[in-house]
Amino acid sequence: MGREISNAPTNQKQQSSMAYTVEQLVAVNPYNPDILPDLENYVNEQVSSQTYSLNANLCLLRLYQFEPERMSTQIVARILIKALMATPAPDFSLCLFLIPERVNICLTMCLYLSLQTSRFRQFWDEVAKSRHILEVVPGFEQAIQEYAVHVLSLTYQKVRRSVLAEAVNIEGPSLDKFLDHHIANSGWVIEKNESKGQLIILSRNEFNHPELKKSTADGVPLDKIARIIPILG
Amino acid sequence: MAVATSYDHEQPIPGDSAAAGYDPNYVPDSVKSFVVHMYRHIREKNVYEIHQMYETSFQSISDRFFKDAPWPSVDSVAPYVDNDHVFCLLYREMWFRHLYARLSPTLKQRIDSWDNYCNLFQVVLHGVVNMQLPNQWLWDMVDEFVYQFQSFCQYRAKMKNKTEQEIALLRQFDQAWNVYGVLNFLQALVEKSTIIQILEQEKEGLEQFTATDGYDYSGGSNVLKVLGYFSMIGLLRVHCLLGDYHTGLKCLLPIDISQQGVYTSVIGSHITTIYHYGFANLMLRRYSEAIREFNKILLYIFKTKQFHQKSPQYEQILKKNEQMYALLAISLSLCPQVQLVEETVNLQLREKYGEKMMRMQRYDEEAFALYDELFSYACPKFITPSAPSYEEPLVNYNQDAYRLQLKLFLYEVKQQQLLSGVRTFLKVYSTISIGKLSTYMEVDEPTLRTILMTYKHKTHAVDSDGKITSNADIDFYIDDDMIHVVESKPAKRYGDYFMRQIVKLEGIMTDIDRIKLEDDSRVEILISHGIRSKREGGENHRGAGIQAGMSGIQDCQGRG
Repeated sequence: MGREISNAPTNQKQQSSMAYTVEQLVAVNPYNPDILPDLENYVNEQVSSQTYSLNANLCLLRLYQFEPERMSTQIVARILIKALMATPAPDFSLCLFLIPERVNICLTMCLYLSLQTSRFRQFWDEVAKSRHILEVVPGFEQAIQEYAVHVLSLTYQKVRRSVLAEAVNIEGPSLDKFLDHHIANSGWVIEKNESKGQLIILSRNEFNHPELKKSTADGVPLDKIARIIPILG
Repeated sequence: MAVATSYDHEQPIPGDSAAAGYDPNYVPDSVKSFVVHMYRHIREKNVYEIHQMYETSFQSISDRFFKDAPWPSVDSVAPYVDNDHVFCLLYREMWFRHLYARLSPTLKQRIDSWDNYCNLFQVVLHGVVNMQLPNQWLWDMVDEFVYQFQSFCQYRAKMKNKTEQEIALLRQFDQAWNVYGVLNFLQALVEKSTIIQILEQEKEGLEQFTATDGYDYSGGSNVLKVLGYFSMIGLLRVHCLLGDYHTGLKCLLPIDISQQGVYTSVIGSHITTIYHYGFANLMLRRYSEAIREFNKILLYIFKTKQFHQKSPQYEQILKKNEQMYALLAISLSLCPQVQLVEETVNLQLREKYGEKMMRMQRYDEEAFALYDELFSYACPKFITPSAPSYEEPLVNYNQDAYRLQLKLFLYEVKQQQLLSGVRTFLKVYSTISIGKLSTYMEVDEPTLRTILMTYKHKTHAVDSDGKITSNADIDFYIDDDMIHVVESKPAKRYGDYFMRQIVKLEGIMTDIDRIKLEDDSRVEILISHGIRSKREGGENHRGAGIQAGMSGIQDCQGRG
């Protein structure tokens, strides 16, 4: 499968057949401690197969919260990395709300804070330092690059090559390849500028082109009209 | 009715039912008459009379005879009600509720109350009841069940002063108020009642639930259905107490809160629903959603609170009202979408928090202290659901859950620290260069770029299917080095305005007709407004009419 870049982290969300049964387990037994080992295995499977289920992971954190003595810090760390990869969805903070303070989550917390405040330089520096931990989770860098593109596309119509490079942490020929991919798939355009070097025109959306915003102001929904018909009649 | 009897008025020691002066077997005449009548009304399915006795008589007898003592024991009243098993369970449920409200329960009593809920819910779940109980009472059961669970967790977490005997009891009865038990009861009520399917079918017109306020007029029982319905709100609340906002909101999903429903038929349930819904949204950074719902309910309370002055829930209503103003102040400070707030609510808000909100904009230490203060005042009473370690040393951990949620909330505030500064500048420019703005804000250009992206990230929520919604009051886009500001002017919704006025006028005209007809149609009005008008006192036909008209308008706004 080719690289798919979109605003939502969709590439994490394909469901395997195993996912189906665990999802079902969670739906039927949301408050059953017996499914804890299944959920733990499922976290590992999500990591190796690049799938993701927020519901299953929240359910597991909930069970840990009810029986702290059964908590595995390694599993918690993996859940947090997967949740980080789901940014801009608020999954990481949803998980944080359920993890007691005494659990050491320094690394992911640190990554989370720089990501939330868009300090990508700091973020990638931190990542470089903890490569051994993050390498275990395939697709991590790619997921964060998607998030960077998401927030850049909300913000910029045109962005300088250097700003983009810093956010996605790619340079030189790799960056050219990255750009080519987006030119082909997301409609990016490169504009050469004498003094400033390359400018990249990002894909248009209603957030960087406010004129695209659909106006819903004048419509009156049908159910409201229905409400006054007996009065008018 | 019975006059004050020879009841012994010696002060019993609170919480100790064995204290001198309280004889659990002594049944005053008024209590005798209360249980006999209540029992009869329940057998006859006279919801109106049950509601009267439940809301009024129970309170007045409590005030007169049991201000600081428990009601007579269930064993001593059982002979007056044919030893009816279900009635005795209901009686004990009220008995414990009264005890919790006026005295402080002992550990043994907490455990007994848990047992009673287990028995009561088992009976309901196994479908052997054919009663019709008022919504108010069914709501109170779920509400009290969750409250007692929360209270138990707080109590258990204060380990420092526990006696050996208490610890032994806690170990022995480790299933009492166990978090799995609590959640599974609520979940079982939701599932067994098939309420989710009922609400689904109602949308297609195949079933009636909301239209009859959940009552069953064809001879069946409303108990399981309505308990199941309120249990969804109970689950929302429990999950919020645990910090699991996502799951909490998911539990509420089957109830469409943009419309009136059975949850609005009881003021306590209406407020609990919106308070927790709003709070969860606030924690998930969906500020405009929180603001919208707080605004609606605060306006509703403002207009209707006079009708609840005599209700035993009145104090609770006022407290939640104040807390929701605090939450609204927080939401608006993080996301200044003032146009979402109705003028009446806004005036109240300015009066209560105007000055604090000004200071919260500044993002210095004092501003943080204010966020802390408002959050601590208005947040739910978070709980740690797990049992303590009973090994020495015994430590208190009742504040742990609250501290965690507060810390995470303040992290969020801190992350948004520089956004209000950006906002201030963007308000006065239509275009400004990155260089110029960075000079004004006294940061370097790369930092300013991170702040601007943070602004975008924090003001644009992404839901689970990738849809992006903007919460921004002021938006912008950047063309390389130039920031272009876009002010989002709220479009005037004339259609909406006229629709509302038409409904309002119709409401007023109906009221006028009703006043004219009042004398000869007293009876019909009483019937048509059923329980709702009863709650607001005896001779309140006009009040009820106006309220009905108003709830029509409210509904219309709700959909807007």
